[in-house]
Amino acid sequence: MSLLDIISHQLVNGLVLGSFYALVALGYTMIFGVIKLLNFAHGDLYMVGGFLGFLSLSAVSSVVGADWPGIFVAMFLSMIAVGFIGVVIERVAYHPMLAAPRLSILITALAVSLVLQNTVLALTGGQYTAFQTDLGFGGLNLGSLFISYNQMVLVATAGVLMIALHLFVNRTQFGRAMRAVSIDMDMSQLLGINVSAVIAVTFFIGSALAAAAGTMAGAYYGSIWYFMGFLIGLKAFTAAVIGGIGSIPGAMLGGLILGLLEAFGTQIPFIGSEWKDVFSFAVLILVLVLKPTGLLGKSEQERM
Amino acid sequence: MSQHDSVTTRLSARIAAQFQTPAVRWGGIALILVFLAVLPAVFGQYATVIMTNALLYVVLALGLNVVVGFAGLLDLGYAAFFAVGAYTIGILTLEFGVNFWLALPCAVVGAAIAGVIIGGPTLRLRSDYLAIVTLGFGEIVRFSARNLAITGKASGLSGIGQPWLFGWHIATPTDFYYVFCGLAIGAVIVSLRLEDSRLGRAWLYVRHDEDVAEAMGINRVAVKLAAYVIGAIFAAIGGAFFAANLGAISPESFSFTQSVLILMAVILGGMGKIPGVILGAFIVILGPELLRNLGELRLMVFAVMLLLIMLFRPSGIWPKRGTRS
Repeated sequence: MSLLDIISHQLVNGLVLGSFYALVALGYTMIFGVIKLLNFAHGDLYMVGGFLGFLSLSAVSSVVGADWPGIFVAMFLSMIAVGFIGVVIERVAYHPMLAAPRLSILITALAVSLVLQNTVLALTGGQYTAFQTDLGFGGLNLGSLFISYNQMVLVATAGVLMIALHLFVNRTQFGRAMRAVSIDMDMSQLLGINVSAVIAVTFFIGSALAAAAGTMAGAYYGSIWYFMGFLIGLKAFTAAVIGGIGSIPGAMLGGLILGLLEAFGTQIPFIGSEWKDVFSFAVLILVLVLKPTGLLGKSEQERM
Repeated sequence: MSQHDSVTTRLSARIAAQFQTPAVRWGGIALILVFLAVLPAVFGQYATVIMTNALLYVVLALGLNVVVGFAGLLDLGYAAFFAVGAYTIGILTLEFGVNFWLALPCAVVGAAIAGVIIGGPTLRLRSDYLAIVTLGFGEIVRFSARNLAITGKASGLSGIGQPWLFGWHIATPTDFYYVFCGLAIGAVIVSLRLEDSRLGRAWLYVRHDEDVAEAMGINRVAVKLAAYVIGAIFAAIGGAFFAANLGAISPESFSFTQSVLILMAVILGGMGKIPGVILGAFIVILGPELLRNLGELRLMVFAVMLLLIMLFRPSGIWPKRGTRS
């Protein structure tokens, strides 16, 4: 393969990977924006989304088939369900802890993550579940570069979801309330914004986006298991940090950058693909140490 | 609720006051020591092996307690230091034929250096960032152990020899049980002394208000780094004897789940309080054993318990007096 081939090939891989990262990173960043909580359970919502997408697809595939239309229906159902799960988690686990020390709420989030993982572990017995679809293998040949239709649909879907989110946050009344809460929760409350509702909707949207990514990833890679949310949760956090945590465009940008970095990172001589994850964590640590505010983040003076 | 709280607080204060008379306290300690000494003979090998594991967790949890409980830093990659200790012993004794007792100080130094490497640049970060960086560091160590030839890749190292101590070949599970008893007692004594030391008071200060602590002349970064390094040393010693006990180590012994289990031990019992942390370590090891007949559900039940404890007793089952937040 020529150098150009390798570059364009990895560009496509990076875009696909980056779309997943960006969708999950958005939820991280939105939730962090409103309640300043690192939701450790977010990666597990992606995993739950994958499983609920799989169950929905099994339920609807006899009517709409198991190709993209069926997957979209399943994805939609999974998004709604996981959105509500996210809202319930916030109400039950995080809401009573908002005034508690930061360490306590972080550990609560960790506990929620373990509950989700172990529930699915108990239900599936820890086995990989095959995510069967009727997706084809067709694609476009652009010179020597092959892009499958699946990859195109996937990246386009992620793009549409992100544009919809962008419009919602920037063009609607509710989106304005959301931005206000993320700047100053107490002041927003004084000005008559229903802060509880804003937090609930934020959890709903963030969790739904993770579920969308989970369903698409399950369909694309063909299998799901209870631990699949752990690594992507970490990496999506990395993406959110690269972009600047709290910043929605930052999460999208960070996701794409991390996806591309990882795809190209595997091409560096002596760094085989088995070092891919080490590579992303090294990037995470470097960004946090050198530029903790990220690319598009606002600087913050807060400590601990 | 508040009345109930004050009743329990008063009750626990009264029980604590009982413990403060020297006779009761030394009597209690003597009782515990006698129990530990006769356990293998009374309860048999299965209980001995599980107790050995619990005592290892006491050492690890007390080490993490220095970082999380004393200095107030959330570390989600603590298993990495445990791994550094175990792998240093494995590599030095297997590849280089170094004696266990010479390899042990190397493991301690190695873990301390790892503590400085990870702590140095990151301790200025906010607590939640620090948590993620330590998590990333833990994963880097595990992935490296899985990819490097010297650490035996995914299958790990096996055939690590059992050490001799002045003519005593530490070989049977019971021998290792007594070694871990000694380590756990040592860890308790060091923790108690640390808590009362100048450094211990500095940690308390930094934990409560970093800025004021710094204004009072405490070097914030230095005392945090000290906590990190001391915690790492506890883990390395635990890891070294863990490697010698099992004779084989693999990367999966040092996963994120391991870090979380150790953290759970610290949190469940009551962060910063030494008896609480010991209780937590026993719960983490003995709890799943007792729930064994639940099968697949036991980890889930355990996770739900942790969540409930965080929601209803955020400072642990047996918290330090005066720290109910």
